[in-house]
Amino acid sequence: MNKEEKKVKRRDFLFTASYAVGAVGIGAVIWPMIDQMNPDKAQKALATTEVDISQIEPGKSITVLWRGKPVFLKRRTPEEIQEARAVSLDDLPDPQKDEERVKEGKDEWLVMLGVCTHLGCVPLKDKGDYNGWFCPCHGSHYDVSGRVRKGPAPTNMEIPKFEFVDNNTIKIG
Amino acid sequence: MSEHEYVPKSKAAKWFNDRLPLLTLGAHLTDYPTPKNLNYWWTFGGILTFCLITQIVTGIVLAMHYVAHADLAFGSVEHIMRNVNYGWLIRYIHSNGASMFFLAVYIHIFRSLFYGSYKSPREIIWILGLLIYLLMMAAAFLGYVLPWGQMSFWGATVITNLFSAIPLVGESITTWLWGAYSVDNPTLNRFFSLHYLFPFLILGLVVLHIWALHIPGNNNPVGIDIKKPSKDTVPFHPYITIKDAFALLMFMIIFAGFVFFSPNILGHSDNYIPANPLVTPAHIVPEWYLLPFYAILRSVPDKLGGVILMFSAIFILFVLPWLDTSKVRSAVFRPIYRQFFWILVIDVLMLGYVGAMPAEGVYLVLARVGTIYYFLHFIVVMPVVGYLEKTDPIPMSISEPVITGGAEPSLARKLNEKV
Repeated sequence: MNKEEKKVKRRDFLFTASYAVGAVGIGAVIWPMIDQMNPDKAQKALATTEVDISQIEPGKSITVLWRGKPVFLKRRTPEEIQEARAVSLDDLPDPQKDEERVKEGKDEWLVMLGVCTHLGCVPLKDKGDYNGWFCPCHGSHYDVSGRVRKGPAPTNMEIPKFEFVDNNTIKIG
Repeated sequence: MSEHEYVPKSKAAKWFNDRLPLLTLGAHLTDYPTPKNLNYWWTFGGILTFCLITQIVTGIVLAMHYVAHADLAFGSVEHIMRNVNYGWLIRYIHSNGASMFFLAVYIHIFRSLFYGSYKSPREIIWILGLLIYLLMMAAAFLGYVLPWGQMSFWGATVITNLFSAIPLVGESITTWLWGAYSVDNPTLNRFFSLHYLFPFLILGLVVLHIWALHIPGNNNPVGIDIKKPSKDTVPFHPYITIKDAFALLMFMIIFAGFVFFSPNILGHSDNYIPANPLVTPAHIVPEWYLLPFYAILRSVPDKLGGVILMFSAIFILFVLPWLDTSKVRSAVFRPIYRQFFWILVIDVLMLGYVGAMPAEGVYLVLARVGTIYYFLHFIVVMPVVGYLEKTDPIPMSISEPVITGGAEPSLARKLNEKV
C-alpha cells in the first residue's frame, strides 16, 4: 500500500464523527427509556413512616409496612439482649455485633427489615434453631438479633435508617 | 427445489405473486419434502404452534377485562371468572394452556435430545428453540404474577430477588425491575405490559425457527441425511398435515380434560388469596414446569452460587451441539447414549419432584444428586460417550434399512468399523 491510501481522509473523519454523534444521540434517547423504570417520585415520597411503639410489651414485636416491605419492631427482654450479645462473632456467617444493630441506650429496640436476605420472603418470628426468625421459603435461620446463622441467606436482616422522634415514636426512613 | 418452479395458474395470481411471492411461499410449505418415517414425537411442532396461537387469542380477550392495578387486579380476575360471559372458560384455557404449552415443549426438546436434532447442520434451529423456551418461561412467570394472589406476589418477589445476587449492582437492578422498593403496583403494571409483548416476540422467533428448519429440512428417527425430494420423502401436505392434525386432536382432548374437569389441579390454591406483602405463604412453589430449575437453585447452600447454577442449567443447553462429539445423530443407533438419555429424563423428573418438596432432609440430598448428574450429563457424558461409543450400523437411506440386508454399509458405519 502506498502512503496516499493510508492517510486519514476527509471521508473517514466524517464517518467517525457521524458514528460518534449517532451513538451519543441513541444513548440520550435510550437512557430515559431505561430510567423510567426506576422508582418514580410518588414511590420516593413514601420514604418515611412514623410508628407509635408505646403499646409494645417487652418480648413482643409488631410489623409495619414501610416502602412496601415489612419492618419488624421488637422490644427485647434483657435475657434476649444478653443472649444476642453472648454469641461469638466466629459463629456468624456475617459477623456483626448486636450493639451495632441497635441504637445506643435503646438496646431493647430491634428495628429491622423483615425481609430475608436470600430471596425476599418474610421470615416467621419465634421460629428456627436460634430463638429468632425462620424463613419458610428456603430455610434460613436468624437469631434474636436478626443475624443469619444457618441457610442460604448471605447477610443479616437489614437495619433500615431510623430514629427515635421521642420515647414513644420511631421514624423509619 | 420445487418452489422455484412454481407458477400461479391465473393471470391475477401471477401478477400478485410477481410483486409479493406469498403464493410461492404457500407452495413451498405445501410441497415441503418431509422424511416419510417421522413418528408422533414429530407432531409437537404443530401442537406448539397451536398452543402459541391459543395463548395469544385467549390472552388478548382476557386483556379486555383485566385491570393491571395492585388494588384491582385480583378483583378483576374474579370478575372475569364470575361476570364476564364465558370468562371462566377463557381464563381456564389460558392458565391451563400455559401448562399444556410447557408439556408440549418439554416433549419437543427431549425428542430433539433423543434423535440428535440439535446437531450439525441444525444448531441454529436448536438455539432459536432455546431462546423461545427462555421467553416462554419469562412470559409464563410474568403471567402468573398478574392475578395478584399470594403466589403471584411471592413468586414475583423470589424471582426478582434472584437478580439481587449479582455483586455490586444487584440491589439497583432489583429496584429498577420493581419500579419501587418492593414488588408493588409499578411492578404489576410493567409485568402486564411485558406479558403482552413476549408472545409476539416468541411468534417472531417461531418464524425464524421454522425458516431455519426449512433450510436443511427435518431430522428424522433414523437421523441420517436424506435426498430431498426422493423416495424417502413425502410432501408436507397432505401427509404431515393430517398426521399433525390427528395428534393435535389427541392433545386437545387432554387439554380439554384439564380445562373442564380439573382446571385448578396444576395451580396453587394460595393464589386465590389476595396478595399480602406482610405474610409469606408457608410453602412457596413455582408452577410445575419450572420446578427442576427451582430444585437446582435450592440445592446450593449459597445465594449467588444457587442463582449461577440455575441459570447455567439453561445456558449449558446452548452449547450442547458442540458438547456432543458423536457423529451419529439418532440415539436409535447409540446403545450407550440411549441409556444415559433415559437417566437424564428420570433425573429431570426427579428434580421436578423434589423442587415441589421442602428443601430439607432426603429431598435436599436428592436435589444435590440430581443437580450433579444434570451437569455431568452434559459436561462429561455427552463428550466422552460420543467419543468412545461403538454405534450400531446406520442405514444408507430410510427406504433401505440395514435389517433387510443388501444395502451398502453407510459411510458412518465404515467410519465406525475403522475405530
